Amino acid sequence: MKTSETASAPAAWDPERARAVIREHKELPGALLPVLHAVRDTFGYVAPEAVPLVAEELNLSRAEVHGVLTFYHLFRQSKPGRHEVWICRAEACQAMNGDGVAEHASQRLGTDFHGTSEDGRYSLEPVYCLGNCALAPAAMIDGRLHGRLDAARLDELIAELEENG
Amino acid sequence: MTMKVFVPGDSAARSVGADAVARAIRAEAARRDASVDLVRNGSRGLYWLEPLVEVATEQGRVAYGPVSASDVPSLFDAGFLRGEEHVLSHGLTDSISYLANQERLTFARVGVVDPLSIADYRAYGGLRGLERALAIEPASVISEVTESGLRGRGGAAFPAGIKWKTVHDTQASQKYIACNADEGDSGTFADRMLMEGDPFLLIEGMVIAGLATGATEGYIYLRAEYPDAYRVLTEAIRVAYEERLLGDDILGTGNRFHLHLRLAAGAYICGEETSMLESLEGKRGEIRYKPPLPAIEGLFGKPTVVNNVLTLAAVPLILDRGAAYYAGFGTGRSRGTQPLQLAGNVARGGLFEKAFGLTLRELIHDWGGGTATGRSVRAVQVGGPLGAYVPHWQLDTPLDYEALAERDAMLGHGGVVVFDDSVDMAKMARYAMEFCAIESCGKCTPCRMGSVRGVEVIDRVVGDQDRDKNLVLLEDLCDTMIHGSLCAMGGLTPYPVLSALRHFPEDFEPREGAGGGAGGDERRRAGGALRVVS
Repeated sequence: MKTSETASAPAAWDPERARAVIREHKELPGALLPVLHAVRDTFGYVAPEAVPLVAEELNLSRAEVHGVLTFYHLFRQSKPGRHEVWICRAEACQAMNGDGVAEHASQRLGTDFHGTSEDGRYSLEPVYCLGNCALAPAAMIDGRLHGRLDAARLDELIAELEENG
Repeated sequence: MTMKVFVPGDSAARSVGADAVARAIRAEAARRDASVDLVRNGSRGLYWLEPLVEVATEQGRVAYGPVSASDVPSLFDAGFLRGEEHVLSHGLTDSISYLANQERLTFARVGVVDPLSIADYRAYGGLRGLERALAIEPASVISEVTESGLRGRGGAAFPAGIKWKTVHDTQASQKYIACNADEGDSGTFADRMLMEGDPFLLIEGMVIAGLATGATEGYIYLRAEYPDAYRVLTEAIRVAYEERLLGDDILGTGNRFHLHLRLAAGAYICGEETSMLESLEGKRGEIRYKPPLPAIEGLFGKPTVVNNVLTLAAVPLILDRGAAYYAGFGTGRSRGTQPLQLAGNVARGGLFEKAFGLTLRELIHDWGGGTATGRSVRAVQVGGPLGAYVPHWQLDTPLDYEALAERDAMLGHGGVVVFDDSVDMAKMARYAMEFCAIESCGKCTPCRMGSVRGVEVIDRVVGDQDRDKNLVLLEDLCDTMIHGSLCAMGGLTPYPVLSALRHFPEDFEPREGAGGGAGGDERRRAGGALRVVS
């Protein structure tokens, strides 16, 4: 995930750049998660091509890297849409018609959950709690939290994204 | 004269427009030539009033909310910089009854101070606990924590002092303090609020834990869904090194403690302590068998204190004011205060820190103002996705560990999610199983397979396929999960399922014909269409 709203757009895949990113973090104790986060932050996802590089740099087997990569929901392995929309599907949001917001998001963005719209604009992901449960329903769009959502508010937010490209 | 104005930088406040309000206040102040010192504080936890703007006046801080950017010119017109009346005014913040009736020990500074100002931190009582801990023996620090009655606030409620003593008594070349900040339970946000609103408190608590147990390295395992907390903690740790709260010479005493911030990656199970340790070690977050306990063989195989954010954050005050002060709050074996989080379908959701003993009814009706939709409360889930549903006729249950346990419920991390009478409890039961299927680490069969089968069995019950047989099967499956799972994920998932079934059997009636007591067939279909497990 983006840990900063101002993070620059993801870079195109580049094995040299990937290696440099991996090397920046590889000496940390238990380095694999920080390394995968760094790869994800740099390229927007962890491409299959990254796995052997990570394995080699960290002296792990590809299977070990694959195992960790696929265990965690946030390490996506395919290129995300230009905007990542996470809709909270957990109980507190369900209590405030989060399901309705989720359904609307899916229709409006033109993709199912876990998918990306055909125009490559939006990826839609379910998320299980954003810690905004007193202002439910909640969503996170490109690392930015939103609360008190309904279909109309979601449309406004999406319109803002479209205005800004 | 420069007026001090507070606009929360808390992520939930930002989620409803606090940044736009802050920008509007700056712009309007510039336009009117008013001198304003704008502080981005944490949230007071009165979330229905967010964005809650405060102005420091001679009488105290005056609150306005919920403020939108378009309200800002009229606030200036009304003279809000002098604390004057406005339609959004709530008078003195400290006199707002929701806040005035709390006992804020852990959250005393949250929403009050500039989260990254070490001067504020000291001015409001920060570091006194650490200074005392540095002046006494580690064993005395531990006795203080033990005598305070502090129990793990992450959900398991294990006595913190006993855990610390085990780590203290175990000889090792390296020991660790691991802070569990993987706050994954729906309905909880206290860790987030605290980390965003008073990060030095957590750091101070971790340093004290290190001094007490002989651990010189600490890790905060923070969920990646909290980017704002990540930013605040990163900066707070940098400042703490500068101020020598961290490093090789803590406050000039020659004691060492180093702190690392690590991001999780969206796996709920990593809130389980041994999964979290695996994840910190760079592995799949599969739980470990216990024993060995993490206190003996934890992170990287070394003795490790694993505590929740709120547990560690309670410690500085205990050291500062003494065990008796903290233990003076609470009831029975539930000592101190619990930061409760009131969420879901509730009119006044937020953080409510109070001595143990408040009942659900008081919390939801007296303080929460009932449901947001104005309908009646039907069920309340306490303690996150693994917590039981408490039916509306049991709302007089006190929120303490023992009273909830007597009703097969649990306090967990203190999250209280309110549902109105439109809720479909069979859907919620199905969701509990579905969530477990998504988030199970897969190590043990009852959890990995049981949850998938659980979804199917509930579908059959509701779909009227061999209903009676499938109800027996569901009970049997839950029994297997409770007794056969390795950790709380599989072991507790049946609690929301069974509580829904016991208290609301009418919702499990076949869908064709009479339908469930809660109505909502359309929602059921919508829920079905959006299933996330295929």
